[in-house]
Amino acid sequence: MSETSSRRHPTPRDYWMIAGILFAITAVEVVVAYVDALDRVVAPLLITLSAGKFVLVAGWFMHLRFDLKRYRGLFYLGLVAAPLLFGAVLLTFGVLIGD
Amino acid sequence: MSDQVGPAAPAEHHPDPAVVRKTAMWAFLGSEVLFFGSLITTFLLYRSRIGEGPGPADLFDIPFTSVSSFVLLMSSLTMVLAHHSAMRRDSRQMRVWLLATALLGLIFLAGQVYEFTEFVHQGLSIGTSPFASSFYLLTGLHGVHVAVGVLMLLATAFMSFGGRLRADGGMNVEMVGLYWHFVDIVWIVIFTVVYLLQV
Repeated sequence: MSETSSRRHPTPRDYWMIAGILFAITAVEVVVAYVDALDRVVAPLLITLSAGKFVLVAGWFMHLRFDLKRYRGLFYLGLVAAPLLFGAVLLTFGVLIGD
Repeated sequence: MSDQVGPAAPAEHHPDPAVVRKTAMWAFLGSEVLFFGSLITTFLLYRSRIGEGPGPADLFDIPFTSVSSFVLLMSSLTMVLAHHSAMRRDSRQMRVWLLATALLGLIFLAGQVYEFTEFVHQGLSIGTSPFASSFYLLTGLHGVHVAVGVLMLLATAFMSFGGRLRADGGMNVEMVGLYWHFVDIVWIVIFTVVYLLQV
């Protein structure tokens, strides 16, 4: 059984569309950063938008959605390990020690 | 020496070299996530320790950095189009997109050099404060990654000009592409965490 995804591979038209979406998200991010009314939700909003761009580039441009599952596993290992490891560091130095 | 043929030995299993190379590249990128994770964490710890120097709100020019970010995002588009051309064995088109990607990378680097120069003129050198050190370290090392990527792109394009890319050239372009897209997604995180969330 093949490890690869059965999803249809993107075409140049799909790539241009993804680029358009990335441009639109970047524009929204800049607007969000400057709108005072959104001050209370600016951080989660920007992080969500950034995560969306991250997923689009990794999934479509890097073909993570369409390639062998093992590649996804290797990359996700880093993605899961990094927040855990550095979350612990931030908690230790930023909150517990206060430096 | 005997000509006698014994029982057939089980066929040796050779892993697909393309899969081995891609696995190695993804493992490398996974380790790079940890590398940049450590730099971003250091920045988050020291971002408010600006000492006597200027802080993010005094320095950052978001419209300018947004244009730089856009340039780098578009370089990912040209990179994926180069890979697509390589898969179709269209060498001419592939070289055009590779060189376009390198050019966009150079524009991004020029923007970074301009930005750093402006910051130094405004009083933010690498030793000014913990914020300055962690900022220059993070964004500077990302810039070094972009510069390495530009060299890889130019080397791949010129190898293709010289006919030195083998028939499986699509794999070489894919390796460079994976690295380039990774550099792009790191910038996506840096742009949000370092720039947008600090103004």
